[in-house]
Amino acid sequence: MALPNSEFKNRKNLMNRETVSQQIKRRLRLNEFFKYVFLAGLVFALLVLSTLIYDVISKGGGWVDLDFLRNFPSRRPEDAGLYPALIGSLWLMLLIVPMVFIIGVGAAIYLEEYAPKNRMTSFIEVNISNLAGVPSIVFGLLGLTIFVRVMELGNSIMAGALTLGLMSLPIVIVASQESLRAVKMELRHASLALGASKWQTTFNVVLPSALPGIITGIILAVSRAIGETAPLIMVGAATFISTTPSSVLSDFTALPIQIYNWTSRPQAEFQNLAAAGIIVLMTMLITMNSVAIYIRNKYTNRH
Amino acid sequence: MMKQQELNKGDNNVNTTTTEPTATEMKKDSAYVVNNLNLWYGEDQALIDVNLDIKKNEVTAIIGPSGCGKSTFIKTLNRMVELVPSVRTNGEILYHGRNIFDRGYRVEDLRTSVGMVFQQPNPFPKSVYDNVAYGPRTHGIKNKKVLDEIVERSLRGAAIWDEVKDRLNENAYGLSGGQQQRLCIARTLAIEPDVILMDEPTSALDPISTLKVEELVQELKEQYSIIIVTHNMQQAARVSDKTAFFLNGEVVEFDVTDKIFSNPSDKRTEDYISGRFG
Ligand SMILES: Nc1ncnc2c1ncn2[C@@H]1O[C@H](COP(=O)(O)OP(=O)(O)O)[C@@H](O)[C@H]1O
Ligand SMILES: [Mg+2]
Repeated sequence: MALPNSEFKNRKNLMNRETVSQQIKRRLRLNEFFKYVFLAGLVFALLVLSTLIYDVISKGGGWVDLDFLRNFPSRRPEDAGLYPALIGSLWLMLLIVPMVFIIGVGAAIYLEEYAPKNRMTSFIEVNISNLAGVPSIVFGLLGLTIFVRVMELGNSIMAGALTLGLMSLPIVIVASQESLRAVKMELRHASLALGASKWQTTFNVVLPSALPGIITGIILAVSRAIGETAPLIMVGAATFISTTPSSVLSDFTALPIQIYNWTSRPQAEFQNLAAAGIIVLMTMLITMNSVAIYIRNKYTNRH
Repeated sequence: MMKQQELNKGDNNVNTTTTEPTATEMKKDSAYVVNNLNLWYGEDQALIDVNLDIKKNEVTAIIGPSGCGKSTFIKTLNRMVELVPSVRTNGEILYHGRNIFDRGYRVEDLRTSVGMVFQQPNPFPKSVYDNVAYGPRTHGIKNKKVLDEIVERSLRGAAIWDEVKDRLNENAYGLSGGQQQRLCIARTLAIEPDVILMDEPTSALDPISTLKVEELVQELKEQYSIIIVTHNMQQAARVSDKTAFFLNGEVVEFDVTDKIFSNPSDKRTEDYISGRFG
């Protein structure tokens, strides 16, 4: 291949091997340095995490038993349990998951598969991503205004679920969009070329391939929502109730609220109860995350 | 997208009203008659005044240097090209006497009788069986017996039955590239098309798989009209009855394959087949 410019034909030795060699030595040292910086970051994070876990388990470990899960809160620490809070959190989850699945995946499918690729669409997409970064308390205020007051749902499970669902939606939409986008265009073409309609293509080819990613996104978003306190305080989740919820319009409490309530009491026993509550909540979240990881591994291995 | 399609149809309607009689002029033995087809990607014209008469039960090869519009042309024949939002066309393509650009011509109908095989094998991440059954199921066939029969017949038709009959329920991704491509051909046969479009179907395959696909094309032309894009001139010479030579979006020459390769009438065709450019 001839060089286009004759000037390049004459080597000028602008690259001095000696200095380059020095340079390389310096860069390799920097390389080594950063390796340890990053390692230190990891060690620090793990240290903080294990301290927290140790602290929680040493305080609360002895308090977690079947009675703790079965009993109502009580003024006497040895009788107190978090049954209504546990039930409340499960109710929330049960309502949030189908809500974000239907609305979130629907929105993602529209944006990825149907919406014209124009300014309006990218404007909407950018704003959905922005919503994912809005502080949860803001969603709480929105929930208080719209669901509790305007829609007159009161301090009910439904109001709480709608608020937390709204908060999870942006994450679910973005995660679903990414999964849909990762499905190869060739697969859509294969289906369309066989005479399938767009909806058949989306439902039978695109969605099954994107599902593991979508489900992972939903589980992560919902497990984050389940651990939220601020929005629930805003919509008025009760800190003390003496009955379990009977319908979606009942008053309710949830695990983070119960934990928050116990930590704000002066007696040391209640601090331990709070730690025990944290163990229950964390077990729930870790279980959900494990399910997400399991699903992802199981289905990604197929392709 | 919607707007663009409306626009296309608008363009073509103007055209059909003036060229109405061509439908009756069309010879019975033609699969496609392409009249004055122009196509643009945005501002860039990719097909210029293409006129072709593609016969039934023949193999028509499309050759030409890369970027000359071969894929664009073949994708226009089943209107897959419209998936690119900026595409605009005018002119007409008569398929079985009807202009495929007519308002009211459903692409789903067209693509059910015009199958397509792509350059890269693109099986679904499903079982071998489900891949082949996808088309029939899409068109409403649920009866297991009927599906079984279609699947077997299609796989036999694509000369891959013996290799996969014991692994019908295994994922198609486990097959070799050549097997995947024949599976894709079987998947196309399953919708019982009249025409099969193939866009460089062997360019991703090894020589032995290529040979198998070429033999298959020979067998299939008994029952189907086949239009095959290829950058491989030996392949065109081996498998096709007619050859169209495209250059910069235009059809330079369209004739009987033997004539194109032994005695082309255009200098540019001669240069191309003798390897002087491309
Ligand atoms: N999706 C597209 N958008 C814009 N231009 C395209 C697109 N696809 C193809 N083209 C252009 O159309 C011309 C023909 O391309 P193509 O039909 O793919 O050629 P071939 O298959 O003969 O190599 C090329 O100039 C190419 O750049
Ligand atoms: Mg091409």
